[in-house]
Amino acid sequence: MSATGTAAKLMDLDKVLATYDPALGLEVHVELNTNTKMFCGCPTEFGAEPNTQVCPTCLGLPGAMPVVNAKAVEAAIRIGLALNCEIAEWCRFARKNYFYPDMPKNFQTSQYDEPIAFEGFMDVTIEGDDGEPENFRVEIERAHMEEDTGKSLHVGGATGRIHGADYSLVDYNRAGIPLIEIVTKPIVGAGAKAPAVARAYVAQLRELILALGVSDARMDQGSIRADVNLSLAPKGTEKLGTRTETKNVNSLRSVERAVRYEMRRHGAILAGGGSILQETRHWHEDTGVTTSGREKSDAEDYRYFPEPDLVPVAPTREWVEELRATLPENPTVKRARLQAEWGFTDLEMRDTIGAGAFGLVEETIAQGAAPQAARKWWLGEMARRSNETGVEITELGITPADVAKIQALVDAKTINDKLARQVIEGVIAGEGTPEEVVEKRGLAVVSDDGALSAAVDKAIEANPDVADKIRDGKVAAAGALIGAVMKEMRGQADAGRVRELIIEKLS
Amino acid sequence: MTNWTRKTADELAQALAAGEVTSVELTQAHLDRIAAVDGDADAGVHAFLHVDAEGALAQAKASDERRAAGAPASYLDGVPIAVKDVLATEGVPTTVASKILEGWIPPYDATVVKKLKAAGLPILGKTNMDEFAMGSSTEHSAYGPTRNPWDQTRIPGGSGGGSAAAVSAFEAPLAIGTDTGGSIRQPAAVTGSVGVKPTYGGVSRYGLVAMANSLDQVGPVTRTVLDSALLHELIGGHDPLDSTSIDAPVPAFADAAREGAAGDLTGLKVGVITELHGDGYQAGVLARFNESLDLLRAAGAEVVEVSCPSFVHALATYYLLMPSEASSNLAKFDAMRYGVRVTPEGDPSAEDVMRASRDAGFGDEVKRRIIIGTYALSSGYYEAYYGQAQKVRTLITRDFEAAFEQVDVLVSPTSPTTAFKLGEKLDDPIAMYLNDLATIPANLAGVPGISLPNGLADEDGLPSGFQILAPATEDVRLYRVGAALEAALEKNWGGPLLDRAPELEGVQA
Repeated sequence: MSATGTAAKLMDLDKVLATYDPALGLEVHVELNTNTKMFCGCPTEFGAEPNTQVCPTCLGLPGAMPVVNAKAVEAAIRIGLALNCEIAEWCRFARKNYFYPDMPKNFQTSQYDEPIAFEGFMDVTIEGDDGEPENFRVEIERAHMEEDTGKSLHVGGATGRIHGADYSLVDYNRAGIPLIEIVTKPIVGAGAKAPAVARAYVAQLRELILALGVSDARMDQGSIRADVNLSLAPKGTEKLGTRTETKNVNSLRSVERAVRYEMRRHGAILAGGGSILQETRHWHEDTGVTTSGREKSDAEDYRYFPEPDLVPVAPTREWVEELRATLPENPTVKRARLQAEWGFTDLEMRDTIGAGAFGLVEETIAQGAAPQAARKWWLGEMARRSNETGVEITELGITPADVAKIQALVDAKTINDKLARQVIEGVIAGEGTPEEVVEKRGLAVVSDDGALSAAVDKAIEANPDVADKIRDGKVAAAGALIGAVMKEMRGQADAGRVRELIIEKLS
Repeated sequence: MTNWTRKTADELAQALAAGEVTSVELTQAHLDRIAAVDGDADAGVHAFLHVDAEGALAQAKASDERRAAGAPASYLDGVPIAVKDVLATEGVPTTVASKILEGWIPPYDATVVKKLKAAGLPILGKTNMDEFAMGSSTEHSAYGPTRNPWDQTRIPGGSGGGSAAAVSAFEAPLAIGTDTGGSIRQPAAVTGSVGVKPTYGGVSRYGLVAMANSLDQVGPVTRTVLDSALLHELIGGHDPLDSTSIDAPVPAFADAAREGAAGDLTGLKVGVITELHGDGYQAGVLARFNESLDLLRAAGAEVVEVSCPSFVHALATYYLLMPSEASSNLAKFDAMRYGVRVTPEGDPSAEDVMRASRDAGFGDEVKRRIIIGTYALSSGYYEAYYGQAQKVRTLITRDFEAAFEQVDVLVSPTSPTTAFKLGEKLDDPIAMYLNDLATIPANLAGVPGISLPNGLADEDGLPSGFQILAPATEDVRLYRVGAALEAALEKNWGGPLLDRAPELEGVQA
């Protein structure tokens, strides 16, 4: 087993597609943002000191018992409804018995043959061959409730994995946090668009989850985790090929890359006469490859049986209908509405969504920025930074509120666009709010006539030829002097006022 | 001088209320009795695995202060109690009679323990049991067996032999037991005490180290029916920490017992379960059973035979479902976070440590059931074993429903035999399992049951027990009918059966 992830032999993607049809399957775990855990009253805050948010139940101490968190059930139903699922009239939890070092009960309380939500679908929008948006229907098999495990920290050893570690530390703060696992049916027929469909599905699912307000939906913190199943079958065959399951892919970009990588890896193996090993695989963000995890056969014996400590969950139809009535606007419908409100062209809209910035732009506008300004910052400066650093645009460390504030500072002429970029840099670097960055870095535009006048005089003196031209009425030449003043003022001058001063002085 | 250890809990409560005695005096009297007769693994009753003298006396002192201030916490405030070592007690060792939990001190109280403390009952200590409540004789305790106070060469029943022996040896007026397949009722029967398995969900299981969660139930072990009713009222009721606990007010059990003691059962229909008497039952046990039926008739009850045909499969069903749940429950004992850890020589992996710890920490009976349960749940056999057993469980529940359409209560001998000799059935698990034949159906269906002493078998002079079963949530019937029979029996005997128990020699502890 390779732990570091060296690239396997890959096949060119076009060649793969000429011979094989890919089938996708996505399992997305959503960590709910309930105040308390799935089966006990412990708090769920992220990042707390290890083992400070625990009790006998989530530590699995002898004698402790679970009680279902009603808020988590409600969230599960809302997710199910938003995914057009049927909601079970009666369902149960089951014990999934297996050993895992950071699972304190030695079984996970989950749902097995009786999920709370099943048989749904989601229409995802991808870019069609003609460049126009195209819908692709992803069918949902089930959405079920379960609990998260704790987290292990393997100390010593080169890889951070358990093999070779000197010892392991376990943090049970995450043990028992409510999870919803959303499982698709095999997604076939996406062909060359399989990587895009996978990404679009996870992206839209994430938007939906955010719209429902049931999770922080932060992929980098693991509150949304995607497992990507992929198999290839010779073109024209009905039967699915052997699949691999790439675990815990933690960014949208990686979802797309992981699908593409596995397609090319499977293609190379199959074309070489080999067969695919059914196994779980690890995704390596840095190298963009997957490596073998543990072999997983279908016959894995979890010895499921109904959890005897929990009474069945039987949501009344009245409650389900109440929850249906309070669902937020579907993000797809909402997008069409907002596009009209904002006056964006189709292309602008598509770029905004493509950059994963739709929610950010929306929030920035909600915070008071003009639509085009909001779009400009996120798709310009922020998208550039995201591309350069490989950090998701949502995870850059700057919020829509910050951006709205920066635009407000521009509108108030406290800073100009150029200075705004430095403010953005400062905010991302953690130097504080936009105002604080302006203050700390001394970035405010100078419109004080005293300081500007001196700089203008200096520029006139240094450029007598240009000054003469302006005196002769060639006002367009003022640009050169403005440039000199700006340089002198390190960009912090109010360009409009500088121009006025130059013309005043030379007329 | 009054011998306070000979009194019933009801009598002690009255004496405390009248100021005739203090809780400290009562508690000390019982601690002295424990010191005199309990002994250890080698000799004596050995009902206790851990005696908490200091804790009990502190609780007794607090109780006396409450009473002096005119504010007792409950009717039983100040009456000491023993608790089966399967319930978590904060700051007090809880081992489930297993080596694997040796030295474990829980950071929390089971809900029942919390309720006992809130009601002011000083907790004398933790009683012996079969390891993880697996057994019918308390010989599977990793810390040595409990002995039957009637004959110390014999078993006290199981798994709650410690609680039953503590009560019948006058070491504690009250005790808490747990009953998964009869572990309260069968020990009560063979020690001449009273034991109640409440309706499933009638008492919180939070803090009960689970053997088989869908069958386990906490209940009272006492010397009289009224005492059980008083204790049941204290520990019963809904617990937000146990979602399977029934969300309804606790019925007036003690009133039912007092009313029943008047002895009038006119209009009551009693069903004798055809499948639970006859073949395999000891002659002396059957003789006492038939006499008890006569007493019920004399009190005005109508006695009829009722057949529950699925009961013949109850034992097999139980011995699939119980180990299945147990195998899942016991997987967490991996020696990593609590309990003993055995580290093999050399450079062992975590898995090696777990294997060695489990090998040393679990007894044979526990291992046997883990293996059976793991097998019964495994994917190739699930339907054939666990799935089938669940179906039979439904049939047994239906048998009860049909029977209770015809009669108010069902009755049988509690245990087919009186107490057998220590060691007699240790090598024959099936023979051991047969002891729970009559008690298991109630656990499978979740209905309540009581066992009360109904005399001594002629052939060995040992106690036999009479079992009464009622429909789910109708526990009041157990107390009404049980108290009526108890009154009639004591009238015949001229006093409680336990008065005929041998005086125990003091042992060198």
